[in-house]
Amino acid sequence: MSLRSDNVPALRIGPSNGWVSLKLHDLWEYRELLYFLAWRDIKVRYKQTVLGAAWAIIQPFFSMVVFSLFFGQLAKIPSDGVPYPIFSYTALVPWTFFANALNQASNSLVSDANLIRKVYFPRLVVPLAAVLSGIVDFVLAFLVLLGMMLYYGVSPTINLVWLPLFLVLALVTSLGVGLWLSAMNVEYRDFRYTVPFLTQLWLFATPIAYPSSLLPEPWRTLYGLNPMVGVVEGFRWALLGTATAPGPMTSVSVLIALALLVGGAFYFRRMEKTFADII
Amino acid sequence: MGDIAIRLEDLSKQYYIGGKQEPYKTLRETLANSLVSPFRRAAELMRGQARRAVALNETIWALRDVCCEIKRGEVVGIIGRNGAGKSTLLKILSRITEPTRGYAEIRGRVGSLLEVGTGFHPELTGRENIYLNGAILGMKQAEIKRKFDEIVAFAEVERFIDTPLKHYSSGMYLRLAFAVAAHLDPEILMVDEVLAVGDARFQKKCLDKMQDVGQQGRTVLFVSHNMPAITRLCGRVILLDEGRLLKDGPAHQVVSAYLNSGFGTTAAREWPNPAKAPGGEVARLRAIRVRTEGSWITDVVDIRRPVDIEMEYEVLQSGYMLMPHFQSYNEEGVHVFSAHDLDPAWRQRPRSRGCWVSTVRIPGNLLSEGTMFIGAGLETVDPVIHQFYEPDAVAFQVVDSLDGDSARGDYAGHMGGVVRPLLQWNTRFSPSKGEAAAMLSEKVQL
Repeated sequence: MSLRSDNVPALRIGPSNGWVSLKLHDLWEYRELLYFLAWRDIKVRYKQTVLGAAWAIIQPFFSMVVFSLFFGQLAKIPSDGVPYPIFSYTALVPWTFFANALNQASNSLVSDANLIRKVYFPRLVVPLAAVLSGIVDFVLAFLVLLGMMLYYGVSPTINLVWLPLFLVLALVTSLGVGLWLSAMNVEYRDFRYTVPFLTQLWLFATPIAYPSSLLPEPWRTLYGLNPMVGVVEGFRWALLGTATAPGPMTSVSVLIALALLVGGAFYFRRMEKTFADII
Repeated sequence: MGDIAIRLEDLSKQYYIGGKQEPYKTLRETLANSLVSPFRRAAELMRGQARRAVALNETIWALRDVCCEIKRGEVVGIIGRNGAGKSTLLKILSRITEPTRGYAEIRGRVGSLLEVGTGFHPELTGRENIYLNGAILGMKQAEIKRKFDEIVAFAEVERFIDTPLKHYSSGMYLRLAFAVAAHLDPEILMVDEVLAVGDARFQKKCLDKMQDVGQQGRTVLFVSHNMPAITRLCGRVILLDEGRLLKDGPAHQVVSAYLNSGFGTTAAREWPNPAKAPGGEVARLRAIRVRTEGSWITDVVDIRRPVDIEMEYEVLQSGYMLMPHFQSYNEEGVHVFSAHDLDPAWRQRPRSRGCWVSTVRIPGNLLSEGTMFIGAGLETVDPVIHQFYEPDAVAFQVVDSLDGDSARGDYAGHMGGVVRPLLQWNTRFSPSKGEAAAMLSEKVQL
């Protein structure tokens, strides 16, 4: 008669206070939902667009063209000994991933408000899916980068094996910042207007149009406080073999990125219980 | 205790109206609050929501000290007026929001349907949406794959399964949505009002499916305004009122207590406190009454006599064109008719502030026998904006006597039908051949 034996543990639903655990186990249980939400985001993003997934390439590619023209040709900004177009594009690929991830993640909870109000699932899934869905765009833009390397005759070094780690660092940074922004955006919709502004400022605070080698030590290490510095210079080192091998600067970036992620996750979990009421 | 599926202990939920949620305050929040709230207030004042701006820190208890135990396999209905806390209770039990005080204990896998089609995306096809929606409701991919054909067949959308959802009719959309939900396989199922969708035939299919679920030994919590469905499906009913558990017992007892609450009659309801009345800044509902010709308030109406339904409301802002309307449902939940104000004196004319009474007369010999539930609403016209709608505001019984002058005539058995109009009958007679010959011969003899 009974569907379950009597020793089912009871789930207790009560008020929680202050900081709560991340419940990563719960997140793991819902991994299929994570997959479906990311898949939905990818599928829907380029429906009803004429150029479709080409947008994933257009964005960084045209930035590269503009940068090469103004910073490379006119301002003659140094580019660590590689052709300027490939120098900037190598940075723009992870940067575009980061900027889009921030944008998607910060709006993710609000645009899935209906889900939040009507269904239970670990809320972390939503910004996580938004960030992960950007990987497809990243891969497309990365293929163009490989093409450019062939064109310019830049052959990758053995450093290439470290590239996945820098991609992970980009993911961690995006997710860390994305968690903060998405949770704050639920309560204060001001953040919707802040994000484009923030990414614009951040773009120039990151060595995309210029090399970080312009900065002398110890400033260069301090520069690593912007975790995207570590990502961008890591990409260049791994792919183009520039002299920006991971050092103190990268370590600072890694630490900051981890701090952002862990802090963001706890902050998110703390704010989570009010999402359904105020979204 | 192993056979308890759900236990509520002093479950309470407080909401800050127009304000924030946290019972605690931190420096950051206080700081942010003092920075943001002047702007928020200014914006609200500019939009004419002065009332809200003032009541920024007002709180209400959506749920208050609710205690009860629900055994495994019980099918429990939850009823109450709008704002009684029904949805809040389901939201807490499905872990969407946290209680402010007290706790709930749940044993078993919960499936909750506070809405059908949550997360449906118009750009995706029916097939893709089934997988997405299933995952959102907590189904595993393998499970969805296994039930896929069954879901499609239940929804009757086989031909359109690879068409994007935006090309679906609203009926197909709802059928697909319910089909996914109906194939959830939880030990505890919570349903909020989802049966108020689709055509009558599909509603019946959904109700039957619910009944199946109940008979499989699953625990079901069912929130609805559909009293007949509640009585049919649920053995036990809980009545909530202003967040408190008012009554808990056998279905028919609690339902009739609910329908008789207030004045000891279902035929009149009043909202003496304007702050709690349905409505907004433009107009507020004050009362709904059912009267017979002699202007008696009554909840029993002779099928042959006309009956007046009146709505008393207060207009708080002049200059709007208003359209009061009534919606009438029978005990099967069938929408019998909808009546919008046609009074030539006030049609298309703005109404000034003050108290108004709009009355509609339902002629005799129209309604069928049984209970009629009346919902009352008010809309401003041009643009159409809902000011309020109160479902099941009043109810009355239509009785058909055996006097012989109603549509029943001399028939005393069960009569179905949604309406029972008194129609004109005509009879023509053509004699059969044999009799005609006999008659003819009679005539000749004469």
